Amino acid sequence: MENEARVAISSAADIVTARQRGRAMATELGFNGSDLTLIATAISEIARNIVAHAESGEICLTALNQNGRDGILIVAHDEGPGIADVKRAMQYGYSTAKGLGVGLPGAKWLMDEFEIESKVGNGTKVTMKKWLK
Amino acid sequence: MHVPILKQGDCLIASVQSVLSDADLLQLRDDLAERVGKFRSQGVIIDVTVLDVIDSFATRTLRAVAHMLRLRGAETVIVGIQPDVAFAMVQLGLSLEGVGTSLDLEEGLAYLDRASKKTLKHGK
Repeated sequence: MENEARVAISSAADIVTARQRGRAMATELGFNGSDLTLIATAISEIARNIVAHAESGEICLTALNQNGRDGILIVAHDEGPGIADVKRAMQYGYSTAKGLGVGLPGAKWLMDEFEIESKVGNGTKVTMKKWLK
Repeated sequence: MHVPILKQGDCLIASVQSVLSDADLLQLRDDLAERVGKFRSQGVIIDVTVLDVIDSFATRTLRAVAHMLRLRGAETVIVGIQPDVAFAMVQLGLSLEGVGTSLDLEEGLAYLDRASKKTLKHGK
């Protein structure tokens, strides 16, 4: 089994590729029905965030095994303009790109762990994990 | 992938066949707006049974399509949202407020039938 997959994100079409790769890897790791959909949807939201704000970036999917637990690690990073107010970007319904403002906070709800780092002028990195139950 | 649109009486049925990119969704919106005028359709069914992800963009677009078609005089019903997809949508706080939804194609046709009878009874 592939332990790592990288998907370059530069257009809306890549969003579909990223979530399909994510779903495929999660399936191999043993995730089931609703978790697969939650993972694919979370990937879709953070990939769209890259397309909307940064034009291009990458999503990296990694199989996790920590302390006997299996899971999936999803890291999305871009070299875009960064987020000036991360706290605000994580507020439900707040959007600077005419979206629903659901993407980042929504992805956090779908996953078990979620972290976001961003510096103005230095891109954004979103790290999320889902553990196999 | 392009979504085929079938005409069935005074209804249109858009049957999604595979995953949809953002561009496909927008194309579907434009195609339906055009066909509703061309065929003077009263009802539209969008069958999303095959979709394994309905994210915020897809939700917003489907909602926009339904509202747009209502302005063009047609009632829209979304059918076939899978249980896991519905679960993820609820987790995301997404709703299809103001848009008709039904279990499947059969229920969707019944929904439109009821909607058109209501219109006849009460006027628009």
